[in-house]
Amino acid sequence: MTLGERVLKVRSKNAGPFWVTIDIFCGSDAAFAEVSARLATERVAELLGTPAQLVKRFDIADLNVVKFSVPRPVVQGARDDRDMHGAQWAALLEEAEL
Amino acid sequence: MATRVLVPSGVLGLGFDRGALARGVAQRPDIIAIDGGSTDSGPFSLGAGQSKYARAATKAEWRELMEARAEAGVPLVIGTAGTCGADATVDWMAEITEEIARELGQRLRVARLYCGQPPARIVAALAEGRIMPLSPAPEITAEGIAAMSNIVALAGAEQVQAALATGAEIVICGRTTDTAIISALPLLRGDDPGGAWHGAKIAECGALCSTNPTSGVIQVLFDATGFTVEPLAETAACTPHSVSAHMLYENSDPFVLHEPGGHLDVREARYRALNGRRVRVEGSRWVPGRYTVKLEGARIAGYQSTILAILRNRRYVANARLWADKLRAAMCARIEAKMGLQQTEFTLEFRLIGIDGALGVLETRQGDPVEVGVLGIVTAARQDVATDIVKLINPFVLHYPLSEDEELPTFAFPYSPASTDRGALYEFALNHVMALDDPMAAFRIEVSEMGA
Repeated sequence: MTLGERVLKVRSKNAGPFWVTIDIFCGSDAAFAEVSARLATERVAELLGTPAQLVKRFDIADLNVVKFSVPRPVVQGARDDRDMHGAQWAALLEEAEL
Repeated sequence: MATRVLVPSGVLGLGFDRGALARGVAQRPDIIAIDGGSTDSGPFSLGAGQSKYARAATKAEWRELMEARAEAGVPLVIGTAGTCGADATVDWMAEITEEIARELGQRLRVARLYCGQPPARIVAALAEGRIMPLSPAPEITAEGIAAMSNIVALAGAEQVQAALATGAEIVICGRTTDTAIISALPLLRGDDPGGAWHGAKIAECGALCSTNPTSGVIQVLFDATGFTVEPLAETAACTPHSVSAHMLYENSDPFVLHEPGGHLDVREARYRALNGRRVRVEGSRWVPGRYTVKLEGARIAGYQSTILAILRNRRYVANARLWADKLRAAMCARIEAKMGLQQTEFTLEFRLIGIDGALGVLETRQGDPVEVGVLGIVTAARQDVATDIVKLINPFVLHYPLSEDEELPTFAFPYSPASTDRGALYEFALNHVMALDDPMAAFRIEVSEMGA
């Protein structure tokens, strides 16, 4: 099962020009518990091409949300940027096997 | 003293529910505050000093807000005017305001808060050790700072309060933090500072903190112990979930928000439904700190020309990456031979739309697309060079064969000419803060009477 199939929604967006943040809305306590336990920070770092020690992780039980923030692989709008608003990185997590 | 702030929408230019705005005005707000921009659409706006929104849309919406202001008899404040909040876009917004004032027959006192930074001021601050990098920060030098086309400092509540103190009916701010235009008045009137900043963060995107994000209008009532937020569109509701979840949005840390002069900590905040559509929040904490303002700067990183072709032939679609790599190598050699340019003097990239156009090397999925868009991007130090390179490669992008022993293929050019000059490529060049002894030391307020 992919992460996207298990949860309500995955979204990603810039958090300023130098960061991107990914919110996983799990939708239920059970899904939150599963995602929180099974989605390793190292795996997310690998999908985003970022060293794991730069990944900020927040497991927010009140909202059933797991949130990751990472320095953008390319600064927003720089020559090599492909996605000005950073919204497509969500697909990498959505399609990853949980 | 309780303070009622009416936020018509998350940004001027994206529209709002008129009925909801009228309901907000009828509830007698103390101030109407709207954001005019962000860095969200990229470095162009700041680099060029231009608004990304159409002048016509901006003027039409601003007119409605100026009418609402006249009816409410309270100040109207816009933050980050003209998308980037550069001095040029503050003047652009002031010009629009003057036109509308004349058309409506309004006589107004208008304050402009300028946030643009002369490079010399930043260079001096750098030498004095008052510029600190955030993470991750680009390297900066005095020379690099001087080469930036625009630098702005993000004003906080103090500068907006100073502009309000002029007695202005309309305040047009350059770059402010998203929250400062909303928190300024509640803070001035002694409402709970944790609640003032937290409520401002919740309301800064308008109805995005509600169940109907596109309805726009939000009202926040600030007081001595926290704030109460409610949407004004009949179709929208704020719930503890919709409000608390908004702290996630475009925030790298959902619990801590840095502002000039301190930070907001919402780890202990409690969200409570007062009814089906209003939410009460208490327990947010404001932690005072050193007075620093964030800096944003943009500079030209080259000039670009692009070319677009579409591969539809099955064999070319299946071998698109190989084809693009071969084409790129051949073109780089040709540019070197024909134009005498070293490979360090230009870049040529082919992005394959349908393969990995949005994610590049991070893409994990493979498919069998019907067609592949080939977006060629040339970057060089001057526009005429980029233009010439793209002209040079044009016939090859149209006809380049996978092997030498086949008839020349012809791909689809969607228009003529297939190339487009993009002009300057801007890049963000600062992720730093500047320490100030006096909040107004890097800002300037000008007041004028406008209209009929």
